Formats: sequence, structure tokens, C-alpha cells
Amino acid sequence: MGRSYLGEFEELVLLTVAVLEGTAYGVTIAAELKQRMNNRLISLSGVHIALYRLEEKGFVVSELGGATSERGGRRKRFFRITALGKRTLAEMRQVRNELWDAIPTPSFS
Amino acid sequence: MKPPAWLDALVKRFLPSELYEELLGDLHEQFAFQAEELGVQKARWMYFFEVIRFCRPYFLKRRFRADAKYSTSYTYSPAMIRNYFKIAFRNLLKHKGYSFINIFGLATGMAVAMLIGLWVWDELSFNKNFKNYDRIGRIMVHNGEGTYMTNPIPLAAELRASYGSDFKYIAMTTSTQKYAILSGDKKFFQSGSFMQPDAPELFGLDMVYGTRAALKDPHSVLLSESLAKKLFGEENPLDKIVKIKNRMEAKVAGVYKDLPKNSEFQDLTFIGPWDLLASFMSFMKEQENDWNDNSYKIYVQLAPQVDFAGVSAKIKDIKRKHLDAKRVAYNPELFVHPMSQWHLYAKFANRKSVMSDQLEFIWLYGVIGVFVLLLACINFTNLSTARSEKRAKEVGIRKSMGSLRQQLIAQFFGESFLVVFIALGFALLLVQLALPFFNELADKKITMLWLNPVFWLSVLGFSVFTGLLAGSYPAFYLSSFQPIKVLKGIGFPSSRLRRGAFAPTPRKILVVIQFTVSIVLIIGTSVIYLQIQHAKNRNVGYDKEGLMAVYMITPDLYQNYEVIKNELLQSGAVSNLAVSSSPITDVWENQSGFEWKGKAPGFEDNFATFRVTHDYSKIVGWRFREGRDFSKKFSTDSSAIVINETAVKYMGLKNPINETVKWNGKSYEVIGVIKDIVMGSPFEPILPTVFLLDYNNQYTINIKLNQTMATSTAVGKIAEVFQKYNPAVPFDYKFVDEEYAKKFANEERLGKIASIFAILAIFISCLGLFGLASFVAEQRTKEMGVRKVLGATTANLWGLLSKDFVVLVVLSLLIASPIAYYFMSQWLQKYTYHTAISWWIFALTGAGALIITLLTVSFQTIKAALMNPVKSLKSE
Repeated sequence: MGRSYLGEFEELVLLTVAVLEGTAYGVTIAAELKQRMNNRLISLSGVHIALYRLEEKGFVVSELGGATSERGGRRKRFFRITALGKRTLAEMRQVRNELWDAIPTPSFS
Repeated sequence: MKPPAWLDALVKRFLPSELYEELLGDLHEQFAFQAEELGVQKARWMYFFEVIRFCRPYFLKRRFRADAKYSTSYTYSPAMIRNYFKIAFRNLLKHKGYSFINIFGLATGMAVAMLIGLWVWDELSFNKNFKNYDRIGRIMVHNGEGTYMTNPIPLAAELRASYGSDFKYIAMTTSTQKYAILSGDKKFFQSGSFMQPDAPELFGLDMVYGTRAALKDPHSVLLSESLAKKLFGEENPLDKIVKIKNRMEAKVAGVYKDLPKNSEFQDLTFIGPWDLLASFMSFMKEQENDWNDNSYKIYVQLAPQVDFAGVSAKIKDIKRKHLDAKRVAYNPELFVHPMSQWHLYAKFANRKSVMSDQLEFIWLYGVIGVFVLLLACINFTNLSTARSEKRAKEVGIRKSMGSLRQQLIAQFFGESFLVVFIALGFALLLVQLALPFFNELADKKITMLWLNPVFWLSVLGFSVFTGLLAGSYPAFYLSSFQPIKVLKGIGFPSSRLRRGAFAPTPRKILVVIQFTVSIVLIIGTSVIYLQIQHAKNRNVGYDKEGLMAVYMITPDLYQNYEVIKNELLQSGAVSNLAVSSSPITDVWENQSGFEWKGKAPGFEDNFATFRVTHDYSKIVGWRFREGRDFSKKFSTDSSAIVINETAVKYMGLKNPINETVKWNGKSYEVIGVIKDIVMGSPFEPILPTVFLLDYNNQYTINIKLNQTMATSTAVGKIAEVFQKYNPAVPFDYKFVDEEYAKKFANEERLGKIASIFAILAIFISCLGLFGLASFVAEQRTKEMGVRKVLGATTANLWGLLSKDFVVLVVLSLLIASPIAYYFMSQWLQKYTYHTAISWWIFALTGAGALIITLLTVSFQTIKAALMNPVKSLKSE
């Protein structure tokens, strides 16, 4: 089996998890994405599905945080990027860079 | 400030349980955040949409997977649902016979109900094809006791002139009748009508070629699509010339889509302009100002702001202003009859709308359909409940293994729904297959309403209803058993019933209902057939064999009659021919004002009149009771009449011969009395009839074929002669015996449909009985074994098992007979000439029902009685 396929949205979510190092869970990821993407409509359910899929593929790992008084005492699930996730992102970035460099007309940017 | 609780409940139903906590936490956190930023109201909406977005396949799938893997099975978990179906199928396959009876019986009942439903739908949607269905009406008139739809010409003009603002369109038309229509060398007899120019617009005809305005040109004609194809093939028919009746030339100015079979104008194949007809028919000029000549129909489309009642009230008295006192005494009252009532509410008696035949049929068939369906449902319920008692042990085991009652209920319902829906599939297939036959039988063009939501709703509604009905007994009753009792075999609720009669009382009642309905239907059908037979056996009073009628519809026939006659006689195909005013199978003319000796003053006489020529009597075979035939030997016969026996009685004449009858200022001498001839309906009494010798008003050529020649050859030869001297129209002829047979068409159709229903009813009932019998036989196997060992004979056992069923059938017969008698004597009252319902119909039906029952039951009971007791007893 080759490398797992990573969709556009999944890639964004994975990057955000890396950005939010340590504090990444559903709401923060959605908020971060929303802010960075000019208020594009980000649905919580979409973010969660992306996270669970990433976890199934081994790009992130998760653990439940402790109960706090926030949000009715419900625990949060925090996500961390794995080494595999980091490597995949790096590879994807490299492929893109190479492609950008291969564009012949410099005016296109 | 919390999100709506019901949304949280929804989330809980959808989300995988292991994710529920974190996801709901996230949702709430986001809600709190948004509420602060955008306000509570907006946040609620966003929360709602967020929750909706959570209901997506990913979470559902995850939830089901998790449920199947970890959680305890609950009633509607996929694994259990799969299991219910598996068990249901195994049960069906294990008892193939029962399953077949159940499914097949139910499918038949459903199919019958669907067919009838489609038929009723078709009747109710009559005329609905017209675009302005709810705005179209026709002018009708109550006059004296009758109600008529024909009107005088000046009425249309007056409506236009004085009431124009109430009507959007007004169009006067002739009645639809057959005309010879030809183009080039093609000629056909086609039904058509001549209409005033607004008619196509009024009816909103669908034009294929040309426009609806085309009829304004008096030399144009509109054809139906099918007639255009017949005449011109695939060519564009516009501007082609056709000839109507070989005289009226018209240019095709438009082609309209054929009108559907369930509409008032189903056979209208062309529409000619009114003015074209008027220019050829000189008498129509005279009719233009004659308020007494009611020959035409007036159709209207109401203006948008008025309603039918309002317009009717306005135009009510128009006719009174134009008629003389004697006619006004009949109190003519005009009204507009809306199109929605033309088909089902067009029968009037004494100015009131009464139940029409069509409506009566709808009720009749509707009731029969419901009953057949009921029979099928009863079968289904009886068999499934009877079978389900065998499954008490299964219930016990399931319960000990941890089944909840709710699960058992779901399981039993699932099984009955499975059977119902399989039956529904078969029923749809059956209907599709039976439709062509049914259409032929009912003279309809019904199609399946595959795309009609009402159809699907009622079909589904019915299926669910049946499923619930049949499933509720096992679902609620069996599931209530206590496993310990069932498994130990004590207190098993139905063991006490098993000992005695074959079934608990409700089941007996259902069987009695089934057989009552079947027996009523059988008796009804028999009476219908007896009535038809009774009328068919009626002595017609003349000789129908080889008798043919040709209508004289073109002037060519009058001019060439003598030549045609000679050539026909020479051809050898014809033994004789003569003309008469009307065909012998119809009464066209009624007259009054006859005076005779002994006529009571003020007696309003009414005679059917029939104008004949010499030789006519020999052709139809009059049977003389007294006196003589018209003869060329007596020149005085031009003022002689022949009357029938009924007329003699009607006039009260002792010695009719040589009596003088005065009519229209002329004296006639009665020279002969003939035996009664059935000319009108064979179900009605014979009218007093006067036969006159008259060479001037002849419309029918009566031909007696040469009986020694094959009919087809003879007809061929006759056709040749007619084509030679009457080339303008196709040779059209009618055999008198066929015409006579047509008089029974309505009754025969009713009889056929009723007999099909009766057969289906008894079939379904017997299927049920067969199932029950085999169930009983199986249940009492051991009892039979013991009885046999103790010395019972096979006949004893057979009688013992069959007795229960016979009692039920006899009971049904007792209930059904008075019901059937009541309804059928009501039906027979419709016919003046009717048969009597005699006791032997009931005796015969009863015997038949008993024989059928015994045959059905005996297969099972004899099998049980013949069983070797060693086999049935050794297992204990």
C-alpha cells in the first residue's frame, strides 16, 4: 500500500493541528481555519470527520483531556500530529515547491 | 443560555456513543462562543444547522458498526432486523403450502381491489381531460316529467344576444353520428359532429396542426389525429380536401389530438363547421326561428365571474317567452349542466337528479371490491393466527434466551409485513397482466397509475393496514406468553381450544362472513344470468336468420333502388328484399292521435309506428293471428293497417279486423293482426304498434339472404352491387341477429364481471378453508390416531373433521339467502319483463357451496383419517 491519500481539507486540518501544537481540538481547529481562510464556512462536523479519518490513517493521535468546568464538564479530545503526519506534509510541500519551480513564466505568481 | 434540548437528543440518537461526549462538548463550546459574538437567536439557528450537518453517513455508519460490535442488541439494530427477515423467510419456506395460500390469496384479493379501484378512478376522471373542465357546461331543459339536452336553434342566438356576458363561449352542435367521409379513393364511416366556430376553443382542443380558430371558415374541417393518419398517412394533412357524405367538400384546416376514451366525445373523429351543414340542409334554415324544434345541443363555457347556479337561475325561463300556452304548460325550465356531472349525474326524474346507472355501478363494484379484499384479509388473518399458535414454543425459547417482548412484537409484525409486501408485488404484476382482459370486458382504456401518488398512497396504506391487522394477533398475544408455562406445556392457552371445535369463535365468525359474501355473489350472478336467459328465450315474433339491414343514407340509394333490387335478386345471394322506415331492431317513430271506436275520451294514446312496403312481411316472417297481409291485389291497402296483439289489447277491440282507425284526418282499415314482435328492449314490454303501407318514408333496406349460399359469399356479392350503384360510401350493413344480441350487452357485461368476482370470492374463501382444514388435521393428528386405535372408521373420522366446516357453510347460507333475495329482487324491479327468483336457486347454490366445501376440506380430512396410527402415536 502506498502512501494514504490526503484530501485538500484533510491537509488543511492536519496543518492546523501542527500549528496549534498541544491545544488542537475540534473547536479550536475550526476557529483557526475560519480565521485564516477569510471566514470560509467551516462546519464542526466536517472538521471532526477529517480528524477521525486522519487518525485512522495514522497522521494524528488523540487523547482525552481531563474534565474541566467548561462546557458542562465534558472532556475534550486533543489531537497531536505524528511523525508520519509531519513527513507526509513535508513531502507534499516538496512536491508543490518543485511544481511551482517548474512553471516556465515567472510573471505567473 | 443553552442550545435547544431536542437538538441534543437528536445528536444523541445519531452519534456513535464513544464520540458523543467530546462532540457534544465541542458543539456546546462553539454555541457559547457564537452566542456571545452573534446573539442567542442567530446562534440557535447556527446550532441547528450544525446538528443537521452532523447527521451524515460517516457517523451513522460508525454508530451501526459500533452497535453491531459492542453494544447489546436492541430491537431495531441491523443484526436483529436481519435476523427477523431470516426467520420470516425460513418460516415461509418451511410451510410452502401455507405461504402459497397466504400470499396467493392475498395477492388475488389485492389485484381485484386494485382493478376495481382503477376502474372507479377512471369513471371519476371522466371528461377531466378538457382544459376548462370546471367551466364547461351544456344547456339542458326540464320539460314536463322529462329532462332533455337538445334545444332549438334560436336559443343559442338568444343566449348570445341577451346573456353574452355570462358566457365566454357558446357553441351549438349536432349530435355525434356516423358520416361517410372520403378523400381520394379512401372512404370510411366516421363519427363526427358539426359545430359552431367557438367549439374548439370552448373545449380547449389540443391541436397538432392548424389552430382552433380554423372552424370559422365554413369550408374547413378539423380531423382527429387518428382519422388524419387513416386518410393521409404520415403526410401533413393541412389543406387537403375531404368530402363528407359525398356532397360537402371541406378543406382540412386543423388536426386535434384524439379525445380519450373516458370523455364525452370519445368517438368524435371530425368536426365540421355548422354553416357548412346548414348550407346543405335546407330544413335548418326553417329551424332557425322555430322554438319548437329541439334537435341540437348547446355547449357553453362560463365567463370567469359567474357560477353554474347563478347562470341557471338567470336563463331558467327563456323558453317560456317563446312557446305557445300548451307547451308552456309543461313548464320548460332551462339550466346549465356542469361538465363534472355529465357522466355520473346525468339522470333526472321529475326535475331531480337521481342515481344514474354509472353511479350505481360504481357503488356496486366498489362494494364488491371491498368485500373481495375483505375475504382475502380474513384468509390472511385466519391462517397467520392459526399458524402462529404453533410457534408458542419458539416464543418461549426466545424469551428464555433474553428476547424482550418488544423484539417479539417487531418480529411478528415483520413477518406479516413481509408476506403482505410480497403479495403486493404479485398483485401489481397480476393487475398489469389482467388489465388488457379487464379493459376488453369493461369496454375501457384503463392504464396503471404508476405515477399517481394517490394510487401509491392507497396501495401502501392498505398494505400497512393488512399487515397490522394480520400481525397484531401473534404480535401482541403470543408475545405475552410466559416462557416457563409454554415450555413446560401447561397452561398453553390454545390447548384447551384444540380439544373441541377447530377454532376459536372469532375465526368461525370470519369464515362465516367469507362464505356469506361468496354465496351472495354466487346467487346474484345466477340471477343475472337467469334474467338474461329469460329475456333471450323471449319469443321475438319474427325470423332473424339471414336477415340484414342496410341504411339508406345517400340519395344514390333512393335513385338506384330498383336497379339494385333487380341485380341483387339476379345474383342469387338474396332471396328477397324490401324497404321499411326503421330497422326491425329499433323503434324510431312514436305517434299519437289515433281514433277508434270505443276509445275512452281523454285517453292519451301512444303507438309505435312502422312504415313498410309490400313483401316486407315475408322477409321478416310476420306471424298472423288474424286477417291478412298487405297485398298488391288490393289497391285500397294504401289506407290499410296491420296492428300487433298488444295494440288489440291496448285499444280494447273485440273484433279488430275491418275496424276503422282515424289518424291525421285519414281513415285506415285494420286488415290484419300479427303476433307481437320484440323491436325495442327485450327487457321491456312490447309497445302497441301500427304498421302502415308507405313508400315515401323509407330509410332501411331489409335483405333476406339466400340461405343456401354461404353467408360470406353472399355478403361479398351484395357488397359488389352496392358499391356499383352507391360508390360514394363504404358498404355498411348490419345483421339483425347481431343487432338483437347487442341489446343484451349491458346485462351480459354485468353478468360476466359479477361471475368473475363470484368465482374469485369462492376461490379465495376455499383457499382459506383449505388452509384451515389442513391446520386442523395436523393439530388433531394424535387425536385421530387414538380414535383409530379405539376403533373409529375412516368415515367416522372424516365426518368428525368435516362437520365443523359444514355447519359454518350452512350457517352462511342461511344468512346469505335473505340478503341476496332482497338485493336481487330490487335489481329485477328495474326490468319490466323479468324472471322470478325461485327457491331452487338457493337450494342449488347451497348444494354447490356444500360440495365445494366438502371437496376442499376432504382432501385434508381424508388424509388425516387414513393416517397410520402407529406413525402418529409412536413418538410419545
